[in-house]
Amino acid sequence: MPTHLTRKVAVPLAAVAMALTLAVGSSSATTRTSATSNARPSSIKVLRVALVAPSATNDLAFTESMYNALEALKVSQHLQISVSENEFVVADAANVIRQYASEGYNLILAHGSQYGSTVEALAPQFPKVSFAWGTAASTFGMKNIFAYEAASNEGGYVQGYMGAMLSKSHVVGVIGPIATGDAKLYVDGFVAGAKAEDKKITAHQVYTGSFSDDSLMATAAKTFVSDGADVLTGSSQSVVGAIGVAKADHLPWFGTQWTQAVLAPKNVVSSQLYNWKPTLIAMIKDIRAGKRGGATYVLKLGNGGEQIQFNPGYKLAKSIKAKGLALIKAIEHNKIKVPT
Amino acid sequence: MAHFFTYAVLTSTVAAAIALSSSFLFAALGETMGQRSGVINLGVDGIMLLSAFATYFTALKTGDLLYAVLAGAGVGLVMGFVTAFISVTLKAEQGISGIGVYLFGLGLSDLLFLRLVGTPLPISQLSPIGIPLLDRIPAVGAMFFRQTILVYLAFLLVPVFTFVLNRTTYGLKIRAAGENPSAADTVGISVARIRWSTVLIGCTMAGLAGAALLLYDGIFMENLTQSEGFIAVALVYFGAWRPLGVMGGSVLYGLAIAVVLSWKSLGIIPLSASDLAATAPAVITVLTLLLVARRFRQPAVLGKPYERGD
Amino acid sequence: MPGGDAEPPAGLAARRVGWETIILSWFALPASLLAALLLGAVMMLLLSVNPISGYHALFDGAFVGSYALGASAARAGPLLFVGVGICISFRASMFNIGGEGQLAMGGLASAATALALPGLPSFVLIPLVLLAGAAGGAGWGAIPGAFKAYFNVNEILSTIMLNLVAVQLMNYLLAGPLVDTTQNSTFGLIPETRLLPHSSWLPILIPGTQLNLGVLIAVLVAGASYVLLWHTGLGFRLRAVGMSREASNYAGIKVKRTMVLAMTLSGAMCGMGGAMLVFGSLAHRMVTDGSLTGFTGSDGFNGIVVALFGGLSPLWSIVSSFLFGGLLTGGDALQVATGVPPDLVTTLEGLVVVFVVSLEYMRRRARASSLAPASSASRDGG
Repeated sequence: MPTHLTRKVAVPLAAVAMALTLAVGSSSATTRTSATSNARPSSIKVLRVALVAPSATNDLAFTESMYNALEALKVSQHLQISVSENEFVVADAANVIRQYASEGYNLILAHGSQYGSTVEALAPQFPKVSFAWGTAASTFGMKNIFAYEAASNEGGYVQGYMGAMLSKSHVVGVIGPIATGDAKLYVDGFVAGAKAEDKKITAHQVYTGSFSDDSLMATAAKTFVSDGADVLTGSSQSVVGAIGVAKADHLPWFGTQWTQAVLAPKNVVSSQLYNWKPTLIAMIKDIRAGKRGGATYVLKLGNGGEQIQFNPGYKLAKSIKAKGLALIKAIEHNKIKVPT
Repeated sequence: MAHFFTYAVLTSTVAAAIALSSSFLFAALGETMGQRSGVINLGVDGIMLLSAFATYFTALKTGDLLYAVLAGAGVGLVMGFVTAFISVTLKAEQGISGIGVYLFGLGLSDLLFLRLVGTPLPISQLSPIGIPLLDRIPAVGAMFFRQTILVYLAFLLVPVFTFVLNRTTYGLKIRAAGENPSAADTVGISVARIRWSTVLIGCTMAGLAGAALLLYDGIFMENLTQSEGFIAVALVYFGAWRPLGVMGGSVLYGLAIAVVLSWKSLGIIPLSASDLAATAPAVITVLTLLLVARRFRQPAVLGKPYERGD
Repeated sequence: MPGGDAEPPAGLAARRVGWETIILSWFALPASLLAALLLGAVMMLLLSVNPISGYHALFDGAFVGSYALGASAARAGPLLFVGVGICISFRASMFNIGGEGQLAMGGLASAATALALPGLPSFVLIPLVLLAGAAGGAGWGAIPGAFKAYFNVNEILSTIMLNLVAVQLMNYLLAGPLVDTTQNSTFGLIPETRLLPHSSWLPILIPGTQLNLGVLIAVLVAGASYVLLWHTGLGFRLRAVGMSREASNYAGIKVKRTMVLAMTLSGAMCGMGGAMLVFGSLAHRMVTDGSLTGFTGSDGFNGIVVALFGGLSPLWSIVSSFLFGGLLTGGDALQVATGVPPDLVTTLEGLVVVFVVSLEYMRRRARASSLAPASSASRDGG
């Protein structure tokens, strides 16, 4: 770049700024279109809820489960919802959370464990706003922070147990993104379940090191299959390639976080679904009662936060399904303690 | 370790490496053409992303994988016109304009994905095709001859590109444009036209690379390529601007990924070292280059726009 | 190669220039930005969003009110550090696209330092963590510099590869040696550091905003880098090597050493940016989501845009970093208001880069014709 020219940039830059100001200023003040408000009885105050999520609201996984729960509750719980998706840059997410807080939203869902420290820093500045974050357990001892986490090891255990029953080769393969949060819990639960059914089973597990590298997940699945694995499972939004491997080799697949039967209607045995509705309803109830936080909610099989959805397209032996249902019952009633 | 040295795991690991390397190979072969004529295209990753999205969207809407691949290659070609216009006609700084194209592709592909695709359903994937007779050879058959059509295409293009570069008049002109453009100009070769053509070929190949990657994964997501396009540019240097060398680099890179993943999967690399082990492909590439880079010379005017009278 | 600055040094600029030059030089950059914004408006229309309300939200979120201004400035700080680093390396014709990795290594080195020395007072600890960040980034930049100078390994390649290595190192360190083991979680640890000591936080300059000391330091560093590049022997050598390695060698400049130095300095700037990302954040922890972008916000690339739009001048990069810091901050407001993902801003950045480098040629040509036949300098340089 020519150096002397750069000295002359000041004026043009100012011109741009002015042009921008004019363009913006001349437009009439616009209303923000974030509102998705509904017809509502006047007696109940509308709660303004914001969701800040690291992935897309159609990720077939973690974010989609939360987004759909919010949408489903919108009318019955009188919510006005605003969403910021794909906020995987932690610093940018922090700005967005801050912006929602300053606009007086009643509840801000910081839907990623990497947002926790941001919530911890912001909550004291906005005591009237409720923050919720997860998956995590800590409310940092603050009265306006909720925490929520998913005991995904429970469903993992049930599915691992069923997987071991299905396996003829006594080798199963489990794929995770990075070894943290509900993904790690699920992997550990699945392995524990498989070992509970069959002590000698080989339960291979791998973390690809990325939430978004489909190719690695698919390649890991292929390795498992080549080492004899005949049952596969995996967590995160990048499992589609791996499910493709299960499909190509006609192997059973167990899903988690969101219904994955759509991805392979003939291969998905069951999916562990996150149902955030009870947790959201509980939080909303707290907020309406004047309690802004301080509680940790855990999604479990026993409280309806997690469900095992069997895929009708997969012909699962009745005995295995019965065992799975029995395990769910047992876990619901605390008769089995799933290791974490 | 015993798990790794079994027939099934070894063949599967190599087969996965070959499949993984195909998208690198497409992109790197295309980039080789451009660089031999003197043009660096750093926008490959962005073009791959746009093409991957086009492939995905077309497959989703039409269900036809041939159309999908054509759409991917087509978007590559369109981006080729843009790239050639910027790099050759407008004689822009190629490295920097490439970063611009990359950012453009990165942003736009995700923008379109989020806005145009409701539920991101997976698309059907290419099924492997066994090459008659060859696929029966023990081990070798399972490793190399039960791949998808795009994998075969990528590897078939290696001898084609070698032939074109070394044995045709067109190849001679490409090399002339990259080594001594003013001499080429004086003997009546249009440097601009040659470079336009290599950039178009290169970007179409980047489009095919995006399509191949997408069809391997079966779905699109934000930043699907994970820097594959940049790695492909690196592999051109690695391969010393020769298609065969580029192929070697691509396969080595794919192999490093597949072997590390295999070892992680089989517990040979413990979980605690999982992240560190994942650095292996990049580290191996850089170290190999340390050993070989001094022996090879890059095209003399690589990255420099040509103007008459220079 | 990029950064090849074919123009004669500033002093040689001709007084007598044609109207083409004036138009192109005064309006090329703003025109690039406006053209990109116009295309952005078209994209918004295609996504059925009213571009006026879209840009209104973006502008508000970026520049209206003290909080927005402070947020934009805070966002601009790391961008400016990277941008200055890019100016230095590009001026020496070293194409550093490893800013992402250098940011991460700077962040890690500075966080580790603060964790190791929690008891120190602010006036010692803050300079120390910034220096640690600079050292981390410098080390990560020196490697590709040395590889290029002594082994002829192309720096584009090695910086890309080192980015891939850095992300895994970051994930390893934040989940392992640097992880906060005091987390109250029944279900496994989040890969993040402990809350960093309060004395290491970059103090907020204007209460109620995010404007922190890091911004001021970035501006000072930019000023110092300008002096370094244009008023010191070292700066002269860096630029000379950037213009022609052969000629510099002939003139007795230690070319290889200068190349390594350029990348080291460039990495040091990026590393300080990484430290600012950590100590100027709201959270005051370093956390990973498994990706480089999650930490850097792609500032290793955004910084290239900043430097380019700033004409590869550290001083103009100050202005340009604020502009792009604003765009990035406003991008989030845009999503909140209209649902258009912030990816639009990334797309716009790409367009700006493409336009700027494309117009550059016309500018060169206009200048060449107005200077002809006095100068027939090579236009390739590098």
